[in-house]
Amino acid sequence: MDLSIASILVLDGATNGAIYALMALATVLVFAVTRVIFIPQGEFVAYGALTLAMLQLGKVPGTMWLMLGLALLVAALDAAHRLRAGVAPAQLALGAGKTLLLPAAIGAVTWWAAPRQLDLVLQSVLTLAIVTPIGPLVYRLAYQSLADATVLVLLIVSVGVHFALTGFGLVAFGAEGFRNPSFWDARFSVGALSLSGQAIIIFTVSVALMLALWLFFERTLYGKALRATAVNRLGARLMGISTTGAGQLTFALAAFIGALSGLLIGPTTTLFYDSGFLIGLKGFVAAIFGGLSSYPAAALGAVFVGLLESFGSFWASAFKEVIVFTIILPVLLWRSFQHPHDDEEE
Amino acid sequence: MKTIALLGAALAAALALGSARADVTVGVSLPLTGPTSALGIPAQNGIKLWPTTVAGEKLNVIILDDATDPTIGVKNARRFITEDKVDIIMGSAATPIAAAMSDVAAEGQTVQMMMSPVNLPPGKGEWSFRLPQSTAVMAVPIIEHWKKTGVKTYGFLGYADAYGEAWLADIGAAAEKAGIKRVATERFARTDTSVTGQALKIVAANPDAVLVVASGSGAAMPHKGLVERGYPKNKIYQTHGAASLDLIRVGGKDVEGSYISSGPAVVADMLPDSNPSKALGVRYINEYEKVHGKNSANQFAAHSFDAYILLEKIVPLALKKGKPGTKEFRQGLKDALETMGRTPVSQGVLNYTPADHFGYTPETGVLLTIQNGDWKVVPH
Repeated sequence: MDLSIASILVLDGATNGAIYALMALATVLVFAVTRVIFIPQGEFVAYGALTLAMLQLGKVPGTMWLMLGLALLVAALDAAHRLRAGVAPAQLALGAGKTLLLPAAIGAVTWWAAPRQLDLVLQSVLTLAIVTPIGPLVYRLAYQSLADATVLVLLIVSVGVHFALTGFGLVAFGAEGFRNPSFWDARFSVGALSLSGQAIIIFTVSVALMLALWLFFERTLYGKALRATAVNRLGARLMGISTTGAGQLTFALAAFIGALSGLLIGPTTTLFYDSGFLIGLKGFVAAIFGGLSSYPAAALGAVFVGLLESFGSFWASAFKEVIVFTIILPVLLWRSFQHPHDDEEE
Repeated sequence: MKTIALLGAALAAALALGSARADVTVGVSLPLTGPTSALGIPAQNGIKLWPTTVAGEKLNVIILDDATDPTIGVKNARRFITEDKVDIIMGSAATPIAAAMSDVAAEGQTVQMMMSPVNLPPGKGEWSFRLPQSTAVMAVPIIEHWKKTGVKTYGFLGYADAYGEAWLADIGAAAEKAGIKRVATERFARTDTSVTGQALKIVAANPDAVLVVASGSGAAMPHKGLVERGYPKNKIYQTHGAASLDLIRVGGKDVEGSYISSGPAVVADMLPDSNPSKALGVRYINEYEKVHGKNSANQFAAHSFDAYILLEKIVPLALKKGKPGTKEFRQGLKDALETMGRTPVSQGVLNYTPADHFGYTPETGVLLTIQNGDWKVVPH
């Protein structure tokens, strides 16, 4: 190994690390606010990339139908609940309309736009609009009524949601992989390093998103409400913050971050319907670095995971995944020495 | 009492009728759902195109789904033997299931036509015959081309799974015999996001050729990774697992000029007339694409097509030994397969012997190159 090889590996590791960092941030965010260990986080990466691939082919992506179907289910569920509570029919219709309006509008735009094969950037925006609502809808269906259950129950639900979403991915996108066109085809040479435009986009967007999240949590009322919910659910509720609303907002953010990550790495690799799982899992390993609570530690952990992966694949490619996932053990050990009395929350 | 006696008599009559029938029955177990359904569904499509008779006898086909689950595959195989009294078991298209079913087939002394190139330990699989080519046979055209173009060293970049392992062993043995040395052995997984590390190491070792072992669109990412690191496209070789249009779709201009080892069926129309599989392959493509549309022909349905060619050849021979549904007939089928001699099918030339149940002869594989987004056969 010489310096040029090392620098190429560092660049590659940091590029993947940036994506893992986004995954880790979403994982920490979801866990802090809702106590859900969100295993299906990676699925939104695959959904994002493959939805764009379908739009590129001029087809209506299956994720649109998933979003509409989930919205209908949620509307029906809400209506049934309200009916039992004795709400007037006019209000029932209003509530259902509220749930269905946005998904129906996005569905209609997709239907119109899909065969027209619009500009790549417009299609990307449409992709984000299709995938993001799936997050809160999934929360409403799978987690909301269990919001006060133990972490373990929520984890088990997550495993179920993961399988359901992966299975749907296979139906919607098929077993073969796709590679999206690059957003920026330029290449820059710095010595032995060749920096692709896409890598620059990945870094810029990741950093920008982290900054935006930081501003969101520090400066906006919604962000502060989320933080309050993360610190103390009951206290937040007493202050008039809807924990249900906080959960849905969190899941919307998680789905948005996932879909955006999918758009970012879509042009650099071939993505399959089940590719997201491992990406999400590596984000989870990174989140463990921060004890599922610290955002900066999770982001640093993600870059470390990315570097470990790229150097691991150079030295011992057959054991790459083993190396990446074994790192979780010493980290857990170190954390348990640091916080010996960190009782499991029940 | 009387009713029971009557029932008993009816049952006995039904059983007698059952054994007296002369239909040839084939029990097929395929993964129609689950992770390998991409293999099972086209194989089933191929079977559905079979004629309703074979060698003048009526042909019964029972198709069951094994859901990519070895337990269900074994259950299906047992059902075929004890309830349906089949003469031949076919399947499965997934390796672990086909392997698990082979024990049941041997126990029930029924020929199993595997739709997957399963490696079994010595002494096992006495009644099991493979329809897909072994990796050793598919390595032949690659090694031949390496010898011809003076390749002395090669690098290996393959899946970290059974498919990669089989290729590593088979290409290793054949290359060693030809005096070609492996200078880099790297692994990756289908869902990896990058192969930069592996590609760097291979490019640093500077081999004369690189073999990429992967399947379908998963073969494009390592290929592009190598090209990105400056490795020349026309020195990259791919295996038959990648011989589908998905490689070209995802790989784009980066796979232009690369080589790929393939069975003859999917490219039958481009083969020279001297190729023994040409006529059968063209017939297969025409029959299959008439029903399933243009460019739908694939290697899995071709194996189903070939199974019928074998049935046409072995059923008349076995009929001389006994009636369908009997032990003698089943033994006759096995003997016929093992002694039928050189038999061209759409996917190559088969020649099963009692010792070799893979059967394909070295003339089977075809080397293709990619030109202007389509396959082109590389002449020998």
